[in-house]
Amino acid sequence: MEERRPDPDVLLKQAQREEERKREGTLKIFFGAAPGVGKTFAMLEAAQAKRAEGLDVVVGYVETHGRPDTEALLEGLERLPRRSVDYRGKQLPEFDLDAALARKPTLILVDELAHTNVPVSRHKKRWQDVTELLEAGINVYTTVNVQHLESINDVVHRITGVVVRETLPDSILDRADEIELIDLPPDDLLQRLREGKVYVPELAASAVENFFRKGNLIALRELALRRTAERVDEQMQLYRRDQGIRSIWPAADRILVCVGYNPRSIRLIHAARRLAAGLRTEWIAVHVEAPSRVRPSESDKKRLADHMRLAESLGAESATLTGGTISEEILTYARSRNVNKIIVGKPTHARWKDKLFGSPLDELVRGSGDIDVYVTSGDVEEPHRHPETKTSRRSWRKREWLWSVLIVLSCTAVAALMSPYVDRVDLAMVYLLGVVITASKTSTWPSLFAALLGVAAFDVFFVPPYYTFAVNDVKYFFTFAAMFIVSVVISRLTLRVRRQAEASRMRERRTAYLYNLSRDLAREREVERLSEIAVKHMGEVFDSEVAVLIADEQKRLTPTAISPGLVAPGQQELSVAQWVLEHHQPAGFGTDTLPGAKALYLPLIASAGTVGVVGISPKKPQDAFDPEQFHYLEAYANQTAMAMERAFLVEEAHGALLKAERESLRNTLLSSISHDLRTPLTAITGAVSTLLQNDVAIEQSGRLELLHTIHEEAERLNRIIKNILDMSRLESGAITVNKEWQSLEEIVGVVLNRLGDRLNDHPLTMRLPRTLPLIAFDGLLIEQVFMNLFENAIKYTPKGTPLELSASEAFFIVTVELADRGPGIPPGEEEHIFEKFVRGRASGGGVGLGLTICRTIINAHGGKVWAENRPGGGAVFRFTLPATGLPPMPKREEVLEVQ
Amino acid sequence: MAEEKELILLIEDEPQMRRFLRITLESQGYRLVEAATAREGLMQAATRNPDVVLLDLGLPDLDGLEVTGKLREWTQTPIIVISAREQEHDKVRTLDAGADDYLTKPFNAGELLARIRVALRHAALRNTDAGEPVFTLHNLRVDMGERRVFVGDEEVHLTPLEYKLLTTLIRHAGKVITHRQLLREVWGPAYVDEVQYLRVYMTQLRHKLEADPTRPRFLMNEPGIGYRLKYDPEG
Repeated sequence: MEERRPDPDVLLKQAQREEERKREGTLKIFFGAAPGVGKTFAMLEAAQAKRAEGLDVVVGYVETHGRPDTEALLEGLERLPRRSVDYRGKQLPEFDLDAALARKPTLILVDELAHTNVPVSRHKKRWQDVTELLEAGINVYTTVNVQHLESINDVVHRITGVVVRETLPDSILDRADEIELIDLPPDDLLQRLREGKVYVPELAASAVENFFRKGNLIALRELALRRTAERVDEQMQLYRRDQGIRSIWPAADRILVCVGYNPRSIRLIHAARRLAAGLRTEWIAVHVEAPSRVRPSESDKKRLADHMRLAESLGAESATLTGGTISEEILTYARSRNVNKIIVGKPTHARWKDKLFGSPLDELVRGSGDIDVYVTSGDVEEPHRHPETKTSRRSWRKREWLWSVLIVLSCTAVAALMSPYVDRVDLAMVYLLGVVITASKTSTWPSLFAALLGVAAFDVFFVPPYYTFAVNDVKYFFTFAAMFIVSVVISRLTLRVRRQAEASRMRERRTAYLYNLSRDLAREREVERLSEIAVKHMGEVFDSEVAVLIADEQKRLTPTAISPGLVAPGQQELSVAQWVLEHHQPAGFGTDTLPGAKALYLPLIASAGTVGVVGISPKKPQDAFDPEQFHYLEAYANQTAMAMERAFLVEEAHGALLKAERESLRNTLLSSISHDLRTPLTAITGAVSTLLQNDVAIEQSGRLELLHTIHEEAERLNRIIKNILDMSRLESGAITVNKEWQSLEEIVGVVLNRLGDRLNDHPLTMRLPRTLPLIAFDGLLIEQVFMNLFENAIKYTPKGTPLELSASEAFFIVTVELADRGPGIPPGEEEHIFEKFVRGRASGGGVGLGLTICRTIINAHGGKVWAENRPGGGAVFRFTLPATGLPPMPKREEVLEVQ
Repeated sequence: MAEEKELILLIEDEPQMRRFLRITLESQGYRLVEAATAREGLMQAATRNPDVVLLDLGLPDLDGLEVTGKLREWTQTPIIVISAREQEHDKVRTLDAGADDYLTKPFNAGELLARIRVALRHAALRNTDAGEPVFTLHNLRVDMGERRVFVGDEEVHLTPLEYKLLTTLIRHAGKVITHRQLLREVWGPAYVDEVQYLRVYMTQLRHKLEADPTRPRFLMNEPGIGYRLKYDPEG
């Protein structure tokens, strides 16, 4: 039974999926093998049925091609007006996404899922429109033909010979909640075609003839059936998973497909996707940047980027590796990712290259061990090379050639100088050295050229007969051959090492840049500063203009930092950024969504959602970001987003804390003030009203007592108010510490005077050594400290409790202590009592501010104040004051003599 | 009462305070003129020629410093400043500008009356221009003719500056003297900021003259303001 228990992760996934489902609309696809099988018809029928059920159904976009029976089915359905798009002077009708989103029906019909939108539209493809509809919670009915599916697009091409350009990622099919296969036997379909009932807009007439051959139709029907069956199978698996039924396949398996610049990679990708789908495993598309290879041209890079994007759209994970040997890199990566199947293309280059330089495929197979290696052909048509590829490969810089010539010339000069002293064959070494130098400076062809030139120079200048290519001795041919081969090998090795170093340097630099960013971000707390840092780093690293926009609570974006010189994004660009913010997906320049934008917009996704958007546009507009750069950009955006989130959290926490503190402070203040002020006021009012009553005869002694009460309570009220005022002034910084040279003894004298009779019940012993220096402090404030400490001692100790005041100086610090033999401080409260509004147990009407005021004052003087319980009972309050420096003192004088 | 009592000018904007002061002062037989604003006060001072001015520092139209300055342009009438606690700075400036004494709110009637007595006495002395040659306070006796100081029967030997400091305080007996005033009179105008001189010499004086220097009976410190030789002509 143990094994049947569902994996918690699986359950979590299931829960998440259901959660998302609830929010998103459902997608139903009417799936067909070919145009004309009746998908639209079936869709409309289903829609009519739904409408009859009372559902809010709207026709978003349906192409009837004028077929009357289809037209008839539109009857009674609300039709969304089409958007007329002006494109190159033509008015093209398009599906109006915004109108649909605004209308927000329960169900919307959008025909032809694979349709490519007019370039000025928000999305490149209609399926992206549909995705947005689904995200908005609208249910969608749509139609699609099998030949549009990305994964079987190449198969369709091979079967029918027709290139279908409008493709659709399989993921959207996988995502559909329901797929209804509209099946029509090929013969019936052909019959309909002959009757003119089939309309195939995207194919030319000849192509239509080609396409609608019976053999093709049978094959397409099979593909459609198989795809639907696969899908049913998937649903079955999904069901099993949802019900917690354990799968039987090993979950850790992965497929790796090696992708290159070569257009045949597309086939490999499709093959991998089919295999992965069949095996239900994850798959990874990998490209190895081998430094030993000839540097890729711009078009190569772009193609590679397309390949990687294709793989990603088919559900693959993509990765770029760098390393010396392709095979080694792939195998290491494959092992680290639990890959058990590798798909590679068949080699197409000449056999001798493998013999000479080694075959990566061979190495891969040999080193694969328990990993299966599938070698697939990129058969049928040999991909035509793009002409610019060759030119770009030949576009060596002239300087490199010049280098190789110059180096060989210098080698000849050196060899000529050496020739009298060394053996002739040893002079060849000088040329070899030259080749190494050339290879370390130039690319393949110039270094090979240097090797050849070196051999020639050696022959002409140092092998008799001189100054001619002729050679007397046959043995020199072997020397030349050996010299040339060694040169070539050395130059290739040198080149390889150099490129590897360059590539790793590049990566290192990128990593370092990323590290720099995160380090700088870690230092800051403010959103504005973080934005500036992100703008600076991204601008420098990607040579771009950058803008960071942060969303407020109403999801409105405001730029917080912009590259210097860049104008704030206009309304058009802002709307792209807004879209990115709302959909948490990149859009704009170089993507499929709103590609017309000037900048690429990436969401700043933090754990709690998208906090903002970063817009980046390369300074040279023709440079789109390649997938690797894109990954790096995303990494930068992630780092920034995380830092932003941290900043927001800190801000929020701080704000909440402040608010809570203020709140509790106000409450405490209100409650203590109302109580503490009212008590003496009540006494005063009471006493006064008694005195004012003329009809009551009060004895003289009684009157006096009442008057004393009034006086005492008034003074108490005064002390309370003074404390509150002092505290508020200290807190608001309204009090400045006015330091003057003071004598502690004098201040104590003032305090004792002010306390007067109140100290009568507490015998005080004092130890103030005459050696105490003058200390710079604010006399009024320190007087207040003494006052509060004494008042506390009087208040919290019983009558008759002796007090001791002493002071001492050591290491320029004067420590003052007031000790009592009272009940002491409750253990653990020693620190707490210094907090605001904390009062002792036997409070005789204070606000609980006295010690807080003491601490504030002492801290402002650079001292410390604390409380302890004394051994043997009682409490001691100590404070320190720094006694650094001495004032200029008057000269000592002699005592005045009596005259 | 045959003898006409002294006239006091009260410049105070708060009616309750005026009422309290009126009752207190009139009960002691003083005659009173009241003014609610500084301008009105200045006018009353010019027309009635009071013997003492009680000046509140928180007046709505002019500040105490200005009023003191204007009064001192033409009269030496004693001015007693009444201030709230947080006005230390204004208080010192007003005293330096020529005010004679101060009271901090809240104060009791006894304090107020003592200050008025001191002020009146000093005014009287100034008019006769003759101090008494022997000054006695508690068990302190200072014979200024012979320059000798006694505590009880014991003669105390003072340094010239200590003696000068003591006699300066005696000359202003009962009144507060700001640090600057004391330093100027004892050490000279160049020393008005050297408060530490005062600290040292006052401590020395206390140790020589007071029974318990930490609980002084007459050499009083007024923190943030100056010193006062505690003395009440009638108390």
